[in-house]
Amino acid sequence: MHPNPASQLDPPATPAGPTARARHGSLHRRDLAWYLDKAVGIVVFVGGVSAIIFILGIFAFITKEGMTFIFGDMNLKEFFTSPNWRPTDAVPEYGALALIVGTASVTGLAMLVSVPFSLGAAVFIGEFATGKVRESLKVLVELLAAIPSVVWGFIGFMIMKELIEDVFGVPVGLGILNAGIILGLMAAPIMTTIAEDALKAVPDTYREAAEAMGATRWQIILKVVFPAAKNGLLGAVLLGVGRGFGETMAVLMASGHAIQLPGSIFDSIRALTATIAAELGETAAGSPHHGALFTLGILLFVVTFIINLSADLIVRGIRKKN
Amino acid sequence: MVNPTPDQAIKLEVDNLTISYGTNAILRDVSFQVREREIFGIIGPANSGKTSFLRTLNRMNEFVPGMRVDGQILFDGQDVRNFTNVFALRRRVGVVFPLPVGLPMTVYDNVALAPRLTGVKKKADLDVIVERCLTRAALWDEVKDRLHALGSLLSGGQQQRLTIARALSQDPELLLLDEFSIAVDPVTTMRIEDVLKELRSEMTIVMVTNLVQQARRLAERTAFFLNGELVEVGETEEFFTGTVQDPRTREYVEGKFG
Amino acid sequence: MFEATALNRRNERVEWLWKVLFLLMTLILVVPVIIILSVLVYKGHGAITWEFMTEMARSGGREGGIFPALVGTIWLVGVALLASVPLGVASAIYLSEYAPDNWFTRVINLAIINLAGVPSIVHALFGVGAFVLFFRFGASILAASLTLAIMTLPVVIVATRESLQAVPRAFREACWNMGATRWQTIRRVVLPNAVSGILTGVILEVSRTAGETAPIMFTGAAMFIPFLPQSVFDQTMALSYHLFIISNSIPGVAEETKYGVALVLITLVLAMNALSIAFRVYLRGKKKW
Repeated sequence: MHPNPASQLDPPATPAGPTARARHGSLHRRDLAWYLDKAVGIVVFVGGVSAIIFILGIFAFITKEGMTFIFGDMNLKEFFTSPNWRPTDAVPEYGALALIVGTASVTGLAMLVSVPFSLGAAVFIGEFATGKVRESLKVLVELLAAIPSVVWGFIGFMIMKELIEDVFGVPVGLGILNAGIILGLMAAPIMTTIAEDALKAVPDTYREAAEAMGATRWQIILKVVFPAAKNGLLGAVLLGVGRGFGETMAVLMASGHAIQLPGSIFDSIRALTATIAAELGETAAGSPHHGALFTLGILLFVVTFIINLSADLIVRGIRKKN
Repeated sequence: MVNPTPDQAIKLEVDNLTISYGTNAILRDVSFQVREREIFGIIGPANSGKTSFLRTLNRMNEFVPGMRVDGQILFDGQDVRNFTNVFALRRRVGVVFPLPVGLPMTVYDNVALAPRLTGVKKKADLDVIVERCLTRAALWDEVKDRLHALGSLLSGGQQQRLTIARALSQDPELLLLDEFSIAVDPVTTMRIEDVLKELRSEMTIVMVTNLVQQARRLAERTAFFLNGELVEVGETEEFFTGTVQDPRTREYVEGKFG
Repeated sequence: MFEATALNRRNERVEWLWKVLFLLMTLILVVPVIIILSVLVYKGHGAITWEFMTEMARSGGREGGIFPALVGTIWLVGVALLASVPLGVASAIYLSEYAPDNWFTRVINLAIINLAGVPSIVHALFGVGAFVLFFRFGASILAASLTLAIMTLPVVIVATRESLQAVPRAFREACWNMGATRWQTIRRVVLPNAVSGILTGVILEVSRTAGETAPIMFTGAAMFIPFLPQSVFDQTMALSYHLFIISNSIPGVAEETKYGVALVLITLVLAMNALSIAFRVYLRGKKKW
């Protein structure tokens, strides 16, 4: 026989008094806590789905407003091939080519300026800097990313304009160069941060293995870290492009205001985003002009969607491999 | 086998229990019974399905994606899967993990949490429960002056006793212990073992352990799991007096593998 | 000991050169911005007086102070937070505590990324199409704030999700084992330990929201209103839009005034941002487990 607790004789004193086990509740009946849990589950699910609803909503509403133009005055060939954007003329023209070229040229110059330096900064912060220097630089980059775009526009409009006029002797310092530099400085912190994350994602064992073989730091970065991080770096550049492409206030203020196909980097241009910002206030809802501006919005939405999607796929790709 | 003590009802009945991940079975076709108010030991080497088994008893397996449970577990004669209110089941079942988990709240709040969840609000009632459970878990003397320190910053041995106090604050009918002494010093282990000996008059205890001698010290009956199989189940003493039926059991308790 | 060989020394020199090169690249990004900010301070600090901060604007913003713009920005940010914080926290709780790892959750994540990546002017178009026209809020604080709220929603979601996921799973399991429902676990264990991280995200969102211009241009911000908003259905001046207007559209504004407004705006935004960073660093040093 094993020792029998013989607990039948005196009922056990329970830690919380005789009622504690009664509080366990029925196994077969749902109680308040059960229903509350279900209710919260539904509420947070709605919250979780809200992002999808909003993205679909954005697309639906800009498409709804753009419809009046797309099925009305829009001529697809004119829209993409004519540089004449004259929505307020007696015979309005809706050629978006100059705007597309304007956006592309400013974004292109911005990337030309900022991609090398952003990646360089990411390498310095991620691979060379240590301790306090590294932490301070990261905080600094984060703060730079927080400068509002209207302030960047103001800087372009007030400071960079004069600087360009003085240095290059051009009559008006607003244009591709100004907007490109401003946009480059704006996009740099984001690219730096994401590129640095990508470098950090490369396992230290790679570096140690190369070091054991006698490689110098630079050789390690070039031959080991860059190839391993290349998708992440590409993702960083793509997000920078997305940021430059969609930037509104800075481009609006720093690029001049001329709707034209640019001939030099000092020329003034008009970007897609800036056109919407400049003209939407003057249009009546439901008018072809109003619809045309929303159609530009559809174009912006679709292109940034594709850019963000590819950046995400590329960056997720490296995460999976690791 | 005739039940030697008919007054002891069956608390748990496990029927043809199979636990699997995809096509990989962790535990195969296991059947046995655990009686009311006994300490039931489960021994066996690592990866023999002991921990997965414990998780199915209070349906914590539902939090493990991809885990599949076939067969039946009867709790007081009812299939645990038929309970509408799984939370009420978990309130009846106290669990102590291998690694101590002191929740990041005060020692007091750690122990008062379960009563609060079931609606105990009065400070005086909570005070009684907290002192009582901490005392029973052999921790009161060490923490009575710092009840408002963070439970998650106590030492490992203290946190494990705090975990036990928390389980006791539920006033469970069934207490599951999963290798509770793995992260605890020998002195604390002995103290906890003494606590368990006292508790067996009040609740059923299922104790997974990797220490054969611990099962011998505490458990009335023991099951031996090996590679997802129940090799045998019986009076613990039989495991050590040579009356085991399976040679693998003898080899394991004699320390030849595991 | 090793003798420094010629190859060794050469390698060291090359290494040093690379390091300096990358340092220079970093400085080229950082230093001009610091110089520009210094110019803002240099040219704008003279404008900032007590009267500038507390007086109503006069003659289209050429004279008087920026008080209505400041108050307007506070209205816009406040209403935007009221909408986006509960929604963002709910969304993060779903993603961190409930969402299974499946295609639907990936779609939600993709939507969040895109919400953050859609150009601000497209958010503005949405605000006009949805809130101003469709829901007939007109150009108002409500329409502008809701537009801002949707635009900055990802900031709250991402910060909240990160701080929720920083709470170890073992705590949740311990709680579930005691018979706590998911919600009881979240409320009693997860949220209390994540709330400071959420706060960091909210401060960051304030900083973002206060600086945005494009989304409010057509949804509720006004060029010049010489009185304060009385309800969410009023239009309002806002600091960011005010800066745009006085530098771009209204002739004859003193240069010092323009720089002053820019300085106030950037100080506000960067101060909130720095506060958020400082708070984060402080939390990192304060371990609870």
